[in-house]
Amino acid sequence: MTALLDVVDLHVSYGRVEAVRGVSLTMEAGRIVTVIGPNGAGKTTLLAALMGLLPSRGSVFHDGADMARLEVEDRVERGICLVPEARELFGDMSVADNLLLGAYRFRRERGFRSKLDDVYARFPRLADRRRQTAGTLSGGERQMLALGRALMMRPRLLMLDEPSLGLAPLIVREIFRIIAGLRELGVSILLVEQNARAALESADYAYVLETGEIGMHGPAAVLLHDARVTATYLGGSV
Amino acid sequence: MSLDLALLLAQDGIANGAIYVLVALGIVLVFLVTRIIFVPFGDLVAYGALTLAAIQAGERPGTIWLVLMLAALAFLVEAVSLLGRGAAHRLPRAALVWLALPALPALVAWALVGRALPDAAQWALTVALILPLGPLLYRIAFRPIADAPVLVLLIVSVVLHFAISGMALVFFGPEGARPRPLINAMFEIGDMVVSAQTLLMLACSALAAAGLWLFFERSLTGRALRATAVNRVGARLMGIRPGVSGGTAFMLASALAVLSGLLIGPVTTLSYDSGFVIGLKSFVGAIIGGLVSYPGAALGALFVGLLESFTAFYDSSFKEVVVFAILVPVLVLRSLVTAKPADDEEEEL
Repeated sequence: MTALLDVVDLHVSYGRVEAVRGVSLTMEAGRIVTVIGPNGAGKTTLLAALMGLLPSRGSVFHDGADMARLEVEDRVERGICLVPEARELFGDMSVADNLLLGAYRFRRERGFRSKLDDVYARFPRLADRRRQTAGTLSGGERQMLALGRALMMRPRLLMLDEPSLGLAPLIVREIFRIIAGLRELGVSILLVEQNARAALESADYAYVLETGEIGMHGPAAVLLHDARVTATYLGGSV
Repeated sequence: MSLDLALLLAQDGIANGAIYVLVALGIVLVFLVTRIIFVPFGDLVAYGALTLAAIQAGERPGTIWLVLMLAALAFLVEAVSLLGRGAAHRLPRAALVWLALPALPALVAWALVGRALPDAAQWALTVALILPLGPLLYRIAFRPIADAPVLVLLIVSVVLHFAISGMALVFFGPEGARPRPLINAMFEIGDMVVSAQTLLMLACSALAAAGLWLFFERSLTGRALRATAVNRVGARLMGIRPGVSGGTAFMLASALAVLSGLLIGPVTTLSYDSGFVIGLKSFVGAIIGGLVSYPGAALGALFVGLLESFTAFYDSSFKEVVVFAILVPVLVLRSLVTAKPADDEEEEL
């Protein structure tokens, strides 16, 4: 069986600075795989390259198909979806419009709006605020809108960049509960997080990215109790 | 001033304003989707009128050569960008979209002009010739620099205007032309005599304003075009191609330009360089509407028309001065009325 995503020896550079240096990783369908690591390790760069937002060297296979020549929009058509750290919402458009645009790739299908009710059921807060513009939402609500919009895309591979960044602990817990719920739907998730404990607790498999290179990798449950990971990323206490 | 006189001036002003409405709508449309202030818009209006006049006179309009030339250039630009990305397999499709599709009306026009054509065929030929100009100019001049700041886009836009109106001088000569009106009829409403052409103009302007508003507020494609302007990266992540959005916006703008050319041409004599002033005054109208709203731009453009006709009555030499001077109080007022956005994250202008 071919892996859903297979990354082989990926390099990404900003000018002369190489931010991602020979990263290889693979993930199976239906899993949550997390990439943890410190600030500036190249996590966001990695996701941007996988999405096609940044040029890269090396190979990326999605479902066995080489994605080297695919533009961002072609990757979206394949069901690859990125929720970036900056959320990239449509600030002066309503919550409902933001969600509908998520279904843009299904615009020619009948009933492309049908997913809307499903998303509102999952995020009641968004249903309350559907007429409000996205720019007026709080940080947590914006993250929910970004996730909801991603769900409208019916992703086969969902890449989340720091979904918990800048959010209050209570909301972080809610976001991770939602992510766990998505797995039940059969969505494959590549999760990039600085909040290593939360990420490891919800993931199946984990990679540790340090200064652009993969350090350790293994089942998330194993890494959660690994002495070195614990000392470096989990504040020393298990 | 007597009421009769005021009515007469108002009628004249509304007739002028209706011209500006269509152009102002096009300017807002292009700006909202691509952040480009499309200065050559007025030139496209002039091209529309002059092309129709040439066809009616049985001459091949220079627009044919312009379209063919731009199509070749656009294909070249597209081919270079495709080869640079290693996507040679997309060349046939690019040739169809950028070369064959725009060249088709040009060749048809080349073959047909000079024969006896019904009026409707002449209008259709004019529309088919002007329609590709917007998307072609966009592909050649703007898409390669789509991420540039608004000021750079504006400078390119101004340069483009000089190039296009210069070519209009070569193609059509310095003399103005006036095509036959679309409909010949006069109505009497009370004491006023209104030409059917004026009514047609007003109806088209109102329809275009309402249609654009509906398209952008209600349809998913319209929302996608707006989304491209609000957040390019966000739009790309939804699978919305900014290049396609821009091309669509310029196509709609071309349609508005040729429509206003067909409507104005028979009323006002246009020459190769009259487009610029029409564009500038419509721009003032669009600014009065805030450059973001279609109904706002339509009202602003009507206001400009009225202002022009009333000032012309008092002193025609001040007509232009007053229209452009009104920008200052309007901008001051707008900056006072418009609240600063609380969240400036998405504001990248």
